Amino acid sequence: MIGFLIRRTVQAIIVILGVIMIVFLLSKLIPGGEARSILGPRSTPVSIAHFNKVNGLDLPLWDQFWRYLEGIVVHANLGYSFKQNQGVRELIEARLPKTLALVGVSTVLALIIAIPLGILQVVRRNTPVDYTATGLSFFFYAMPSFLLGTLLILWFALDLKWFPVSPPINSGGYTILEDPRAFVLPVLTLAAITIASFSRYMRSSMMDAMAEDYVRTARAKGASSRRVLYGHALRNALIPILTLIGLSLPAIVSGALITEDVFNYPGMGLLTVTAADNGDVATILGTTLVVTMATVLGSLLADILYAVADPRIRLGSQ
Amino acid sequence: MSWPREPGEITEGGEEDRVYTTDTGSTPIPFGFEAVAPDEMTGIPAGGEARGTGSLGVQILRVFVQNKLAVVGVAIIVFFVLFCFVGPHLYSTNQTNAQAALLYSNQNAPPGHGHPFGTDDTGFDLLGRLMFGGQASLTVGFASAIVATVVGVLYGATAGFFGGPLDAFMMRIVDVLLSIPVLFLLIALVTIFHASEVLLIMVIAFVSWLIPARLIRGETLTLRVREYVQAVRVMGGSRTRIVGRHIVPNAVGTIVVFATFQVADSILLLAALGFIGLGIPPPGTDWGSMLSNGVNYALQGYWWEIYPAGLCIVLVVIAFNFIGDSLRDALEVRLQRR
Repeated sequence: MIGFLIRRTVQAIIVILGVIMIVFLLSKLIPGGEARSILGPRSTPVSIAHFNKVNGLDLPLWDQFWRYLEGIVVHANLGYSFKQNQGVRELIEARLPKTLALVGVSTVLALIIAIPLGILQVVRRNTPVDYTATGLSFFFYAMPSFLLGTLLILWFALDLKWFPVSPPINSGGYTILEDPRAFVLPVLTLAAITIASFSRYMRSSMMDAMAEDYVRTARAKGASSRRVLYGHALRNALIPILTLIGLSLPAIVSGALITEDVFNYPGMGLLTVTAADNGDVATILGTTLVVTMATVLGSLLADILYAVADPRIRLGSQ
Repeated sequence: MSWPREPGEITEGGEEDRVYTTDTGSTPIPFGFEAVAPDEMTGIPAGGEARGTGSLGVQILRVFVQNKLAVVGVAIIVFFVLFCFVGPHLYSTNQTNAQAALLYSNQNAPPGHGHPFGTDDTGFDLLGRLMFGGQASLTVGFASAIVATVVGVLYGATAGFFGGPLDAFMMRIVDVLLSIPVLFLLIALVTIFHASEVLLIMVIAFVSWLIPARLIRGETLTLRVREYVQAVRVMGGSRTRIVGRHIVPNAVGTIVVFATFQVADSILLLAALGFIGLGIPPPGTDWGSMLSNGVNYALQGYWWEIYPAGLCIVLVVIAFNFIGDSLRDALEVRLQRR
């Protein structure tokens, strides 16, 4: 298991380095160059040359990359947003916890709903219950989160007035505990699509487990169907769900971006969308980098849990 | 398991691998002790020898057509293609001249009075706009799915075929790109390069070729050790020939299923970009941009500005998912029947 953990950690570090390299290359791809995009289309060659000199943009690409990498690793320096006159790290610091709270709570909620739903579908397979759940998951899978969010606002915030339209602007990551009502709709929006894919996976995972030899053995030994279902099939079907969470994280984070935009929830996604409106590439690349790092670490965590949960890895000799 | 084997069909061992590459478990699987005959699993009556006629393609088509959801999916897609591309010739409206729309028609008019679906905040007729925006959504969806599939297939087949350090390097690039949440990468690319329709196709393809690359690489790894590939090699066939004529055609099932799902995903990605305000730039539009445009008015009670566009997106995406699922089942049946 130690071997597995080391290999998996090294892999995560390589991926993060690769992401840093890609984000760096993206910043070099700006048509007309970074200096012109910051100084404006009317900037003179002299002012551009001066800007490049001051910011080290006249160095060879490789040296620039090392400076960039050193800035990130040693100083946690994510660059400077000239549009907002603020360091990108300062912009991100206040918003990252809110996005993590949104993603975390909705993923947990999705699991709490999707796992029992998947089991129910297997127990009542090929009955109206199963077909309804499958149909709904198809529907929510096809439903774009911005549409679902908008509809939820229309119905539950404006018509029924059960929930506020958007969370308070100055809320912190922990406000989710203080003012839960404001977070119900964003969390539901983000969870709905995850539930759709998780429950479909859970259903097929349970179906696979029920077809395994150990389930037949358990029945042959006279175990009740309840015990077979929960004691044997479910325990084995749950393990791959951990991998699924890790693999789904990038998609969930993408969903969070849209959800934040719909609900005006001041997290990383809203920061990115606002930066896109202002052509603020530095901020977009900064949020992309941080969000990706968080995703990679989340996947790593899921895989570590997987290693702990799966006896084949936990007790493995490697 | 003794079906007549046809030339070009994969017959050597390892069918199990292929079944799983196209399977996510949507077919019924025998449950515990209830005796489920293999024939019941696939819905094919026992003793199906008499039905095993026709070419491989015909067999797949037959299974595909038997699936009602698939037929519904195809019908929806045909309807929307006709609606978006033929519709404007039958129901012609001004969709590009904002000045004329502002001057000569009512803004935010409810359905009725010469505008069956009402008008938007500029005064554009919304039925015509659905067709106009749908053209962009469907074009970008199809085109970027095709580009992504072609690029991904070639990349994956190359990596899988050569193997070794080149494969490891190529697949690490895929890992890195896959770990970046799609929408963040898309927003960065669109902000850097500024959106046009062609650029949006390329950008969406750029974030979508990774999955097929991975799938096809896996297929290639299993296919390249098969006897018939070795036979080509012994006969002196070039590497290009092996990959192009023997490996890719045999992975075609996986490719087609992926491409179908990808059209749906591309349409959703374009809609998300449009909703953020980074979709097809004006005077053009797409369904996502229409929704984004209508949201503020919908909050004031002008429901007709968001429901039709939203329904179009959901229907088209569901239709492609139906088709993809059914294709997967149909190709799986082909494999199970051998």
